[in-house]
Amino acid sequence: MANYSTSEFRSGLKVMLDGDPCAVIENELVKPGKGQAFSRVRLRNLATGRVWDRTFKSGESLEAADVMDHDMEYLYTDGEFWHFMMTDGSFEQYAADEKAVGDAIKWLKEQESYVVTLYNGAPLSITPPNFVELEVVETDPGVKGDTAQGGTKPATFTTGAMVNVPLFVNIGEILKVDTRSGEYVSRAKS
Amino acid sequence: MTRSAPEPNPRWKPGCSLGAIKARAEVYASIRAFFDARNVLEVETPLLSRSTATDPCLDSISSALTVAPGLDSQHYYLQTSPEFPMKRLLASGSGSIYQICKAFRNAETGNRHNPEFTMLEWYRLNFSLNHLMAEVEELVSLVLNQSYETFEKISYREAFQLYLGINPFTASSDELVRLASQKAGFSASPETLPELSRDDYLNVLLSICVEPNLGQCDGEQLKPVFLYAYPPSHASLAKLTVDDVGERVAERFELYINGLEIANGYFELTDAQEQRRRFEEDNIQRIRLGLPAIPVDENLLSALKEGMPECSGVALGLDRLLMIKLQAARIEEVISFPITRA
Repeated sequence: MANYSTSEFRSGLKVMLDGDPCAVIENELVKPGKGQAFSRVRLRNLATGRVWDRTFKSGESLEAADVMDHDMEYLYTDGEFWHFMMTDGSFEQYAADEKAVGDAIKWLKEQESYVVTLYNGAPLSITPPNFVELEVVETDPGVKGDTAQGGTKPATFTTGAMVNVPLFVNIGEILKVDTRSGEYVSRAKS
Repeated sequence: MTRSAPEPNPRWKPGCSLGAIKARAEVYASIRAFFDARNVLEVETPLLSRSTATDPCLDSISSALTVAPGLDSQHYYLQTSPEFPMKRLLASGSGSIYQICKAFRNAETGNRHNPEFTMLEWYRLNFSLNHLMAEVEELVSLVLNQSYETFEKISYREAFQLYLGINPFTASSDELVRLASQKAGFSASPETLPELSRDDYLNVLLSICVEPNLGQCDGEQLKPVFLYAYPPSHASLAKLTVDDVGERVAERFELYINGLEIANGYFELTDAQEQRRRFEEDNIQRIRLGLPAIPVDENLLSALKEGMPECSGVALGLDRLLMIKLQAARIEEVISFPITRA
């Protein structure tokens, strides 16, 4: 793979650091009036999700990480792997392990499209769409006439996700949920 | 909550507001009035010169200049500061002088850097460094239109003790390397490791772990801080002295506001021989780092030999001072056409 110098570090660039692929978030030149120039770089470790603040001598370079994001459709799980298929017409399939699926597991719905990050050709992480529509499989019976300003109650979805929903929601309803905050948004438009 | 993105500004237009352009004009006027009232003479010196700063960490922009048609072109440098010609004026009897001018530093672009920037530089005859710091304080208070109890002062040693728990003069190199890794997330590849000196590690620690703490606001009130008494290896063009614990230190200060370096001052070196030695040392270092050697400024050395009066001098980044005044996070917000629009 190619090498990138600190001066080429831009938000989104993927580089290898301490053996893990990382995405550059920010890069700031630190240059005392008298003295060596440094780059203060904030990176996200794509394997762990952790954010690192690192300092490099300006001009230092890091190896590019073979990391690519692809849109893929979720197919099914065999209990050990979660299978995804490219939506570019190639029908190529990839199997993600539990570590790669991570927290996205509770938002996985068949035939929905996800961003699968491939590292050296294998799934590294799964990013769900910002909103998914899921069916409620378990919740207390709905309170009639209650409006959005009332309280909330927990509801469980087909995927196993638990979300606080308004009191009027009933089992079997399809709801729109924000996967970033894990919060109820609205009833799905049918 | 996210702020809505600002309207995209076409590239031909200034990157900063008209308010910032006006604020700059007002600041220049008040600086000129400040020095006029003190009988400090405004001067102008060349931006293009046959010589330039030798500091290995400064990269001068150079140009092939032809003095007259038919003559061979010669190498001229855009000045990284007006220091050398201003010192030649001092040696020729100018008395105290100041200048507002552009300075140029290659490969320095960022939130706090533009490769072309504006410097206010001034020299005061028979001023001690403390005396000059007091004047910097007055000028900065005037520009920022605020009054202060007093600016704080912290020595280089005290700052490292306070923020890192070490004495920078006596800490072992191993300890500096360890702290740079732990506290500043500093790492170097095997290829660059041999290039790094003890001073580089001190600079990492200063830049990442100390500076951001210096001159931080106390509520609404700005709290500017002078950092002073640098290690001799960070003397640059300052005289050396011995501090109260018998350590050799450079008579140099920097002013910080909100963690931003605003000014750098020296009790000026007047010894031509010592100046030549420092230039040559810089050039040896430059060659070691694979950088081109800089022709030593013989005019400056001749001036020092002739006799430059005892004085203190300071360079102050006016763009950065405007950033503080206008609470701008990026230098682009105070420059009409930053390098991306130049």
